[in-house]
Amino acid sequence: MSKSNFTRRGLIKTGAVAGAAGLSLPTYLRADGHSGFTNAPTGDTVTLGFNVPQSGPYADEGADELRAFELAVEHLNGGGDGGMMQTFSSKALQGNGILGKKVEYVSGDTQTKSDAARASARSMIEKDGAIMITGGSSSGVAVAVQALCQEAGVIFMAGLTHSNDTTGKDKKANGFRHFFNSYMSGAALAPVLAAQYGKDRKAYHLTADYNWGYTTQEAVQSSTEAMGWETVNAVLTPLTQTDFSSYIAPVLQSGADVLVLNHYGGNMVNSLTNAVQFGLRDKEVNGKKFEIVVPLYSELMARGAGANIKGIFGSQNWDWKLENQLGARYVGTNAFVQSFGEKYGFPPSQAAHTCYVQTLLYADAVERAGSFNPCAVVEALEGFEFDGMGNGPTLYRADDHQCFKDVVVVKGKENPENEYDLVEIVEVTPTEQVTYEPDHPQMAGGQLGECNPGA
Amino acid sequence: MDAIILQILNGLDKGSAYALIALGLTLIFGTLGVVNFAHGALFMIGAFCAVTLSRILTLSHTVIDETQKDFLGNPLKVDVPYIYDIFGQQTGDAIIDWAVPISILFAIPVMVGIGFAMERGLIKHFYKRPHADQILVTFGLAIVLQEIIKYFYGANPIPTPAPDAFRGSFDFGAMLGFDPNTIIYPYWRLVYFAFSAVIIGAVFAFLQFTTFGMVVRAGMADRETVGLLGINIDKRFTIMFGIAAAVAGLAGVMYAPINSPNYHMGMDFLVLSFVVVVVGGMGSLSGAVLAGFLLGILESFASMAVVLEILPGINQIIIYLVAIIILLTRPRGLMGRKGVMEE
Repeated sequence: MSKSNFTRRGLIKTGAVAGAAGLSLPTYLRADGHSGFTNAPTGDTVTLGFNVPQSGPYADEGADELRAFELAVEHLNGGGDGGMMQTFSSKALQGNGILGKKVEYVSGDTQTKSDAARASARSMIEKDGAIMITGGSSSGVAVAVQALCQEAGVIFMAGLTHSNDTTGKDKKANGFRHFFNSYMSGAALAPVLAAQYGKDRKAYHLTADYNWGYTTQEAVQSSTEAMGWETVNAVLTPLTQTDFSSYIAPVLQSGADVLVLNHYGGNMVNSLTNAVQFGLRDKEVNGKKFEIVVPLYSELMARGAGANIKGIFGSQNWDWKLENQLGARYVGTNAFVQSFGEKYGFPPSQAAHTCYVQTLLYADAVERAGSFNPCAVVEALEGFEFDGMGNGPTLYRADDHQCFKDVVVVKGKENPENEYDLVEIVEVTPTEQVTYEPDHPQMAGGQLGECNPGA
Repeated sequence: MDAIILQILNGLDKGSAYALIALGLTLIFGTLGVVNFAHGALFMIGAFCAVTLSRILTLSHTVIDETQKDFLGNPLKVDVPYIYDIFGQQTGDAIIDWAVPISILFAIPVMVGIGFAMERGLIKHFYKRPHADQILVTFGLAIVLQEIIKYFYGANPIPTPAPDAFRGSFDFGAMLGFDPNTIIYPYWRLVYFAFSAVIIGAVFAFLQFTTFGMVVRAGMADRETVGLLGINIDKRFTIMFGIAAAVAGLAGVMYAPINSPNYHMGMDFLVLSFVVVVVGGMGSLSGAVLAGFLLGILESFASMAVVLEILPGINQIIIYLVAIIILLTRPRGLMGRKGVMEE
């Protein structure tokens, strides 16, 4: 297993060098050799494309992503309080747009459908001249749009996408993911689950029948089995399923004492609600209290599940309470929550956070590269170590364009103090424990390829 | 054996929702000859009646609690429901707890009103138009209703729990002499099944034993002749549309605690309900109910792990597979009448 050896001190040094010189990384010069690239900005503005679900089952998540993007644009253009630009270790961003060009944006509706997402991304690239596409709230969408951006020669800064494949077998040189993935969820959750529920457990998986479901089940299954758990069954459920009772009811007959719900969004809300209705959480099986696990958590899902989420373990990319509860390692969290909270009146979701960070990271990479050329941006982001964005020290690994940072293990709060206080941070799993080799079997099968600057 | 009983129970429950929606669809199709693609949206609006009443009952005024802080570090704003001011906290909480059943009273006039408005405002202009036009306009209406709900309530599911007394589940298996924990069934699903049975029975009784019902049935058989007898059949059919809307709405109200309402829940049920109607036989009320339960039970069996091991993916196609087989062998569906939707 590869271990990143970057340290806080190393990070500060890198940031200081990059910040002071800006041009100290000679590889950037290579970008100047390109004669042109797709949508090279010619005037005094630059256009970013925000491709989020504005309709369909993830529309609320998309709305939160869009709020974050708008906040990021405001900060990049020098408005507001600057948010995480104040805490970001790189100091390349000056609040005067990107490379002095005012940031404008266009938005599209992915409808959480790959074809619709590609169509809206294509329109933003071809008609609106977007130089970077970001957003999304589904791994299927992310993989599809990432491939399109690779072909078109623009950068794709993935929003919420958790499937291993996004930076695994479907990785692309023009695509980058800040969000964590299924492997990391499994690696972070398994030790906590073993400590909480014991090593002698029998798990039953219900898995959403698509790409993300498969990789999440594979990751959680292999991590928990490595801890001693046995997997008694794994059943695929259709994405369109709304009533999971016929899948939930037989779980108690299977001899399992843990149910893992590899479901997201409305699927997870319904399957968890059904599981609680069927009294699974009040039962004892094999002499142990029956437990339910939700590998990928979100605040919006927790709200949808209501009281059913109480006490249920899962993992998150980030939580708005991180800095308050776990200290300065997660600096940037409070700055973002303050900015977002003042503007919108409620705390940001992890989807909002990752989208905001991705936008700032892109802008910063352009500044450091001194060019909007996608190949220059790729070079600036590859191997980039940064801090101050709310997740602690983070590495954008060059091999697969995946961010490596701590993973938050959470559980549904038993006694919420208010409507936003639904998730309790149980533990933060250090980066080293969730880091894997680029050719790990769960990621294998694809090539990053070469960056494509387009025209 | 216990697994079979469990899936039959599950199927009855799922079938209840299919049957109630299909019953309303068939009522509208049988009386007005309209293929109502907005029927799923009426089911969804019913569920949102429960959400709305819950929100009305929890309407609050804000009290600043200086001793606590909110997420930005400002003094915490605590919401106190107005209902506490009127009835006191204990009674207020009890009323809020029973919001879903109380919503039935709220939903009936709302749904009947929406049904009347839909029929008089839009559908009546499409009586003489082809079924394709009717499908397009009602489907468009369904999308409009869906978007309105999304605008006001957001896209996220909204938890709408059953009263405390009906939460949890009981051990049906232990009662029947099986091992404990083998047949567990939630209380509220039993309530839903019983409620569906009552509604279905009431609709049948209404059509069978009242003069109004008799005239409607006669109108379903031969609208022109009934009209020639001097009976204002249009008015009665408008009322039937209101009743069908109310049936769909009530099915939605009581479904809210089973799965948190969201704006596209109607669409999730709509296609399946149409399959149910077609399998049952276009225009046949008893066919709709029978097919609803039959397909609900089959879907449950197809979701069993042991079945999926032998036939992977059968859970996704079982309903359509059965529909094909039934329609190939009985083109008018299980209980379809001759002449309905046949040129």
